[in-house]
Amino acid sequence: MPRDNSIKSVLVIGSGPIVIGQACEFDYSGTQACRVLRAEGIRVILVNSNPATIMTDPEFADATYIEPITAEYIEKIIEIERPDAILATLGGQTALNAAIALSERGTLAKFNVKLIGADIPAINRGENRELFRAIVEKVGGKSSKSIICHTIDEVLAAAAVLNYPVVVRPSFTMGGLGSGIAFDESTLRQIAGAGLTHSPTTEVLIEESIIGWKEYELEVMRDHKDNVVIVCTIENVDPMGVHTGDSITVAPAMTLTDVEYQRLRDLSIDIIREVGVATGGCNIQFAVNPVDGRIIVIEMNPRVSRSSALASKATGFPIAKIATKLAIGYSLDEIQNDITKVTPASFEPTLDYVVVKAPRFAFEKFADADPRLTTTMKSVGEAMAIGRSFAEALQKALRSLERKEAPFAWPVAPKSGELEALLKAIEIPTEYRLQQVQRALWWGASIADVFSACKIDPWFLNQIAELNEAARVIAIPGELTDELLRNAKQLGFSDKQIADLRGLSEADVRAARANFNVHAVYKTVDTCAAEFEAFTPYHYSSYEEETEVKSRTKPAVIILGSGPNRIGQGIEFDYSCVHASFTLRESNFETVMINCNPETVSTDYDTSDRLYFEPLTLEDVLEIVRAEELAGPVLGVITQLGGQTPLGLAAGLKAAGVNILGTSPEAINLAEDRGEFGEVLAQQNLIAPKFGMAASQLEALKIAHEIGYPVLVRPSFVLGGRGMEIVYDDESLAGFITRATDITPYRPVLVDRFLDSAIEIDVDALFDGEELFLGGVMEHIEEAGIHSGDSACVLPAMTVTPAMAAEISVATEKIARGVGVRGLINIQFAIADQQLYVLEANPRASRTVPFVSKATGVPLAKAAARISVGATIAQLRSEAMLPAGNGEAKGISVKEAVLPWNRFRRVDGRGVDSVLGPEMRSTGEVMGIAATFGESYAKSQISSFGPLPKAGKVFVSLADKDKNHGIGPAKSLIDLGFLILATTGTAAHLREAGISVTEVRKYSEGQGAMGERTIVDLLHAGEIDLVINTPVGRGTRADGWMIRTAAIQRSIPCITTTAGFAAAVAGIAALQQGEMSVKSIQKWLA
Amino acid sequence: MGKALLVLEDGRIFTGRSWAAVGTTFGEAVFSTGMTGYQETLTDPSYHKQVVIMTAPHIGNTGMNISDEESSKIWVSGFVVRNPSAIVSNWRSERSLEDDLIAQGVVGIRGVDTRALTRHLRDRGAMKVGIFSGTEFSIEEMVSQVRASSAMSGAYLTQDVSTPKPYVVPAVGEKRYTVAALDLGIKAATPRSMAARGIEVHVLPATTSFSQILALKPDGVFISNGPGDPATMNETVELVREVLHAKIPIFGICFGHQILGRALGFESYKLTFGHRGINQPVIDKVSEKVEITAHNHGFAINAPTTGTFTTVFGPGQVTHVNLNDDVVEGLALLEQPAFSVQYHPEAAAGPHDASYLFDRFVDLMAANPVGVVSA
Repeated sequence: MPRDNSIKSVLVIGSGPIVIGQACEFDYSGTQACRVLRAEGIRVILVNSNPATIMTDPEFADATYIEPITAEYIEKIIEIERPDAILATLGGQTALNAAIALSERGTLAKFNVKLIGADIPAINRGENRELFRAIVEKVGGKSSKSIICHTIDEVLAAAAVLNYPVVVRPSFTMGGLGSGIAFDESTLRQIAGAGLTHSPTTEVLIEESIIGWKEYELEVMRDHKDNVVIVCTIENVDPMGVHTGDSITVAPAMTLTDVEYQRLRDLSIDIIREVGVATGGCNIQFAVNPVDGRIIVIEMNPRVSRSSALASKATGFPIAKIATKLAIGYSLDEIQNDITKVTPASFEPTLDYVVVKAPRFAFEKFADADPRLTTTMKSVGEAMAIGRSFAEALQKALRSLERKEAPFAWPVAPKSGELEALLKAIEIPTEYRLQQVQRALWWGASIADVFSACKIDPWFLNQIAELNEAARVIAIPGELTDELLRNAKQLGFSDKQIADLRGLSEADVRAARANFNVHAVYKTVDTCAAEFEAFTPYHYSSYEEETEVKSRTKPAVIILGSGPNRIGQGIEFDYSCVHASFTLRESNFETVMINCNPETVSTDYDTSDRLYFEPLTLEDVLEIVRAEELAGPVLGVITQLGGQTPLGLAAGLKAAGVNILGTSPEAINLAEDRGEFGEVLAQQNLIAPKFGMAASQLEALKIAHEIGYPVLVRPSFVLGGRGMEIVYDDESLAGFITRATDITPYRPVLVDRFLDSAIEIDVDALFDGEELFLGGVMEHIEEAGIHSGDSACVLPAMTVTPAMAAEISVATEKIARGVGVRGLINIQFAIADQQLYVLEANPRASRTVPFVSKATGVPLAKAAARISVGATIAQLRSEAMLPAGNGEAKGISVKEAVLPWNRFRRVDGRGVDSVLGPEMRSTGEVMGIAATFGESYAKSQISSFGPLPKAGKVFVSLADKDKNHGIGPAKSLIDLGFLILATTGTAAHLREAGISVTEVRKYSEGQGAMGERTIVDLLHAGEIDLVINTPVGRGTRADGWMIRTAAIQRSIPCITTTAGFAAAVAGIAALQQGEMSVKSIQKWLA
Repeated sequence: MGKALLVLEDGRIFTGRSWAAVGTTFGEAVFSTGMTGYQETLTDPSYHKQVVIMTAPHIGNTGMNISDEESSKIWVSGFVVRNPSAIVSNWRSERSLEDDLIAQGVVGIRGVDTRALTRHLRDRGAMKVGIFSGTEFSIEEMVSQVRASSAMSGAYLTQDVSTPKPYVVPAVGEKRYTVAALDLGIKAATPRSMAARGIEVHVLPATTSFSQILALKPDGVFISNGPGDPATMNETVELVREVLHAKIPIFGICFGHQILGRALGFESYKLTFGHRGINQPVIDKVSEKVEITAHNHGFAINAPTTGTFTTVFGPGQVTHVNLNDDVVEGLALLEQPAFSVQYHPEAAAGPHDASYLFDRFVDLMAANPVGVVSA
């Protein structure tokens, strides 16, 4: 049966902001869904609050709602759009939960709209642990022994039955949020307490521990004719106990015989049928006892998941695309395999290569956080690599992570006691456990010893031991021979690793390789192990005989992607790279994408003419450039769109003779080098805050006195706001220096004047060498000092005067010209006392490009790509890609950052502090768009944190410096009918201003004589609806920290700046005024 | 580790390293795309006289064990892998792959660009191949030795693989039926699948006569898989025709399917590079459902894939077709109890999607008791 023609319009629910456990893989799957539906002539309505997604580009849907993904808002959208069906299985847990809420609310029935893909009973059977266990049992599978609990008492009783350690799993959460392993009662109370809170049904499962068992995942697809195929098997290198999102994983499974694999396959098929996922994909996880093969079914996701994205990239089988086609009525045999063009989608991909995925963490951003890996996902991104052996793929994956600690290294001699320490360390999974395992084997530990400590399968351990053996051979002095180099490359050794083993430079090794003509060849991911011809140039490197790169005649533009997601470099950069590819394809270039992030749209084989799934290192990129130059003309490489990763490669590429398109590496350096950039500013009569470089503590104090407190201090050798702090006096400056840096003349500390209470402005602009196009001028809601990535911002800028706006425009053009930009530039300004300061300039696509593009309807990244291949702004205006004049916001748009506080706990089990600062810690962002600032801000808050209260109790605690700024919003709160609670200091201050306040006890004061509760007690009791708490400095006041972490644990909105306080009050006022409006981006931009 | 060469009939040479037994071997070069199941593949008699190239890069990880053997020996004439495992890691493993290959004198080669080799065979078709490991020949000598080796087309190999003496695989539980299984290279999983359904399986030498079969009073006759060119199987084709005339229910798998096809009057032909893997989509034309199936065949039957056809045994139809390339994958007579499939419902290695075919055989025997004339 071909497609269901009764479906004429579909509402696709996206996954919202990037958070840990739910990242841009859902932009990839949602974008595919939108494309498929539109190609079928179906009207697509989309809701997603995340502006950085490709799917929310106006051209991917007929009506795109950048609105909160809540049942209330979606109902309004349904009321306007009247879709025939809702597709909620491609937007992660967020979309699935929204679908359940819509059903419970009666919206689906009221508007007669059906869910396609999986219906509510199927979702429940897959997600409700009790129902799922019954299904597993029915099909003859086994679940681990477990007990469902709804209270802490039930939890403790369950643990007594199951024996410690036990695993806690809350129902209906994603990324393992709130789950963990408890070894004793006190940790159990903590984990299960939080888990009960996180679960929308206040339900947790207490489970027997199967830590150390082998872990597998199968990706399953089913159509309405009940055809079922297994797309991929994934084996976790890290055994049970580490969340699969935090595990190094490999596809296909490496250590199963056919008999054992078929048993998992049979179970998967029986389960998907019994759960009743009507059409589409799901993912089922298994644990296998390495001793006797006992199989336990862990869980299933009745939807497309993170693993589905990985499986799609790993096999070339586009799960989301096919799931969408199945949802509208096609069957698997009616769908063609894009890659082979002659075979149908009703088959099981077979791999003639190995895929390794490695997680990327951000513990350095959360110094307090417990670094142990558990069943709660903590990684913020991942890299995938493909090779013709596990060793090759593993080494490529590790260098794709762009961490200097990640690739294996082979030091000459161990420190004393190091081996014993390593064998102890690998018992506990942490970010670099595999590196510790490699090191332990290198220092002579046996595979048996290492296995008994970490339970990683001996097969993987042996692969690592073989790499160590190869390293030993490489290190033997003598000529680098053809055979030695070839062997090393086949095992995935980078030139740098070989160089380090030989005491040579990377360039020496590269020269030796060139001499012997040892170069990478490129194989194709084709779903079928070469059984059929592949028509999709989706390549990976290997060092073998035959390359499959086809020659071409059109000039190629190579676009470097942004690598694994990390804090500060995420989906926003992928957005720009994808846009570049789209527009350059239209302009008749052949686009070549290089990236190693499996979650992204850029690594969809449909996005570019050619895709190289490769690490973003100089070596790997140069090999691809070489291969493409052999295939046909190469115009050059675009490095300015993928963030810091490609930018960091620009100089090396240029030095190797590669043409860099757009802004030159010299210009990039001019903007990045503080001294040289200072000269550019001076020449143009622009002012930067005073700063100095200190090589000692004494010098730092001297500089601070010269420029005046407060000052912003940071080590000079790190980027992205790492280790930055604002200090207000000598004592804290000295403290910072002793605590945070090992200051030396080689590693100086930067001391900048900090503009207290300044307004911070972010500008995104295009420059073609002659003309400037001002894309957008954004005003930060939090004052200067909060990292721009963590700060909410509004477009258009609300408090900037026309005169100041003109000054900003002039300054932007001067800087763009002075630096020599060809393409995008992002500049951060501060305005203090009517004076414009330049904080920094980045001659590249910024994090805000997609937000500005959505708010103004101008495709900045596309324009930048065109400029970098020679188009002018005048030309782009004549093509109507750019409007006359500058970018103009339609409506008022607010961008809000989403922070991962609820993911991290300290080793003692308490939450990490949630204070914002100069170091970026947000994982994603949302956008609110409305006619007024208040409504727009309220929408942004609902999308990022959950709804602001319309009534109730607000706890206000202000630092001394903030007390005056807090009075206005506090007064407004009273006017809006709220009750204000405060502790002594703030209460006195507010009373002085005539605001009525109820005084409560501080946490440090403890409960009163009559049992009066502290603010923390009140928070835990759920009696507070909103928390305003502005901190004095990080970690200095235990009271503030206790308040903030309690708020986060109880999911109570917690605002930590006075500017945010004022904005929240405006938002609450808008909420109180009644109905919130929804409007599609297409209507806004019309 | 010494160098080894893989030399194809058309002169293309791949370099690798010696692995498993050292020496020289010849056969038909075929590639298998299964990611699991190398042990089942190696011990499948249908691979007799073939040099098997595994497209999955890591082979040997899970070792060898007694219960996954499809027969008592390794049949492939040579084994080509990218990365053999130096260690074995699996709770069921008893021996290492390389030890078994050496013990049985099977010449292997490792470190070959197996993807390039597979693409070559895909484009040019299965061809003769030699592996030269630990030998010193000139290129010309090697190529001419390969060309002089025997071809698969026209090869009669049944006598090499068939059981010399009949043996019985007893039914599991209550015995419901007796089946005479003609062993043309039968895999252990096949009688096991039948036995699990209450069938007592009498595995018989390929040379068994019709009267010997009748003497067993079978409820059905099974024709097994096996190596070689079906065009050489005239005697077996005649035997099957006698069974058809007697209206004894027949079920054929793979080679057995080709023989049934020939008995019905169809020609067999050689596929360019065959189907070898465990991911082949086959559609059941009656139910319109797709099953993912295990394949190992270089030949196929040429029969009309739409509508019905007429044979001397009455009308029949093609019941199953491969969705990748429309190759005939199943045949059935409509008025007589006989059917066959080109693929492997017994799986091993492979998915269990097609195991219903054994139930269908049981149903066929139930509906068509021998000696009673069916409607």
